[in-house]
Amino acid sequence: MANKLDRRQVLARGAALLSVGLVPAAFASPAEVELELAGLFGDRLIQAGRVTLKVPPIVENGYSVPLAVEVDSPMTAEDYVRRIVLFAEENPQPNIARFTLGPRAGRASIQTRIRLGGSQTIRAIAELSDGSLWSTQTFSIVTLAACVIQ
Amino acid sequence: MSNTIRIKAPGQARRGEIMELKAMIRHPMETGYRRDLYGKQIPEDILDRFECRYNGEVVFSAEFFRAIAADPFLTFYTVATESGTLEFRWYGQDESVHSEVVQLEVE
Amino acid sequence: MKRWWLVMLVVSQASAETRSFAERPDLPTDAVQSGTLFLTPDTRALQADDFANPGYLWVERGEELFAEGENSCSTCHAASSEGALAGAAARYPQFDAGEDTLVNLEGRINLCRQRYQQQPALAYESQDLLALAAYVTSLSRGLAKNVSIEGEAAAYFQMGRAYYFQRRGQLNLACNQCHDDNWGKQLRGDTISQGHPSAWPAYRLEWQTFGSLHRRIRDCDSGVRAKPFPAGSEIYRSLELYLAWRMRQLPLESPGIRR
Repeated sequence: MANKLDRRQVLARGAALLSVGLVPAAFASPAEVELELAGLFGDRLIQAGRVTLKVPPIVENGYSVPLAVEVDSPMTAEDYVRRIVLFAEENPQPNIARFTLGPRAGRASIQTRIRLGGSQTIRAIAELSDGSLWSTQTFSIVTLAACVIQ
Repeated sequence: MSNTIRIKAPGQARRGEIMELKAMIRHPMETGYRRDLYGKQIPEDILDRFECRYNGEVVFSAEFFRAIAADPFLTFYTVATESGTLEFRWYGQDESVHSEVVQLEVE
Repeated sequence: MKRWWLVMLVVSQASAETRSFAERPDLPTDAVQSGTLFLTPDTRALQADDFANPGYLWVERGEELFAEGENSCSTCHAASSEGALAGAAARYPQFDAGEDTLVNLEGRINLCRQRYQQQPALAYESQDLLALAAYVTSLSRGLAKNVSIEGEAAAYFQMGRAYYFQRRGQLNLACNQCHDDNWGKQLRGDTISQGHPSAWPAYRLEWQTFGSLHRRIRDCDSGVRAKPFPAGSEIYRSLELYLAWRMRQLPLESPGIRR
């Protein structure tokens, strides 16, 4: 039974990756994201809140997915967002991007377009000037495009 | 074809105003996972760093990984402090640098 | 990967095919809908965003190339002159007497280069030809296609129309079986469009880049497991003429965004 489940998971992931033409040797995992976070922030506490992350819940094509991240911060010289990091838990490589901001940004709000190699959780973590860490996450379903010819 | 760059920035702003900036550059952001028509692996080729310099000082920067879509696009913000230049600069893994400068007048 | 859903489509269509090409009905004019309506709201929003739409990277590059060099395109086709190109892209493909064949916009750009600019033709699907075609087509944005299917063009039109209704490939499917008979239905995650090229040349997300209509048609042919013809080939130019006529009053939307 366990073997069967494993095989299904592998097939599902393979199919999802095929949809965006990614053929990596290995996949990332939530554990790998934790490892990256430990490298960036050590064992500091990451609290939920203050970060808003918008990714469409269903995307028709994993090649170009709109992403918007915003952190609730006054962005003054005393109280601002220092850094925002983004992760895709099950892409071939978990890192998406890391942004360095400062009080001169005025607003801790960024939009970009990302790649998703399948349905998965996307995480955003913000580091504030007082050293506190805040985070949020969202899940996105990536539908397969039909007639995919590479 | 050169790496065409598109920038959207206000030409004029009031001091203290939070300006929305948009930047996009033509680049395949090749992941290294794709194969060409003949089955040969296409080598990784991405822009891995972006900076916005306001009169030379970096006011916003980003590190990009393979999960940033082709023809990378960014919207971000900065406060208008003084007249001068905004430079948008991308750095490639291949040591290439792509840059565009726009003028800004602050009242 | 098994294409069972396409096989089902083949089976369901097999009984309907007893008439000859000439008797097949074209898509009725009042049914014509842009492919943009078959995209998800996010993809539609990207197309509509004059900044974020990455197709404009090619339009802008094309605008630069158009004015580049001593004997540039803009020497004859200044925006304010008689040769201004608003609406020009809407009239292609058309028959060219000098070449004695049907030429599409890409072909016309190359003819200009060879006849008037003493420049070699650009390769089909090359970045520079894509950029020039993107720019010139963008000048007709909002206008309807206005091609002639009379006179010398008539034979090409019939050839293109026949290609559209001809079953082909290992899956034995004709264009009309998806785009006339089953548009609006789901093909796994996709909604089948009517197959109008009103947004081409376009940025296709699957390609992660900008490309020509002929590259898209090649993908359709590969999709039904038929051997694709070369981009720019006579048969694809003829099919392009039929498609241009078939979409009739649809306003041109290039640079489009497609899946």
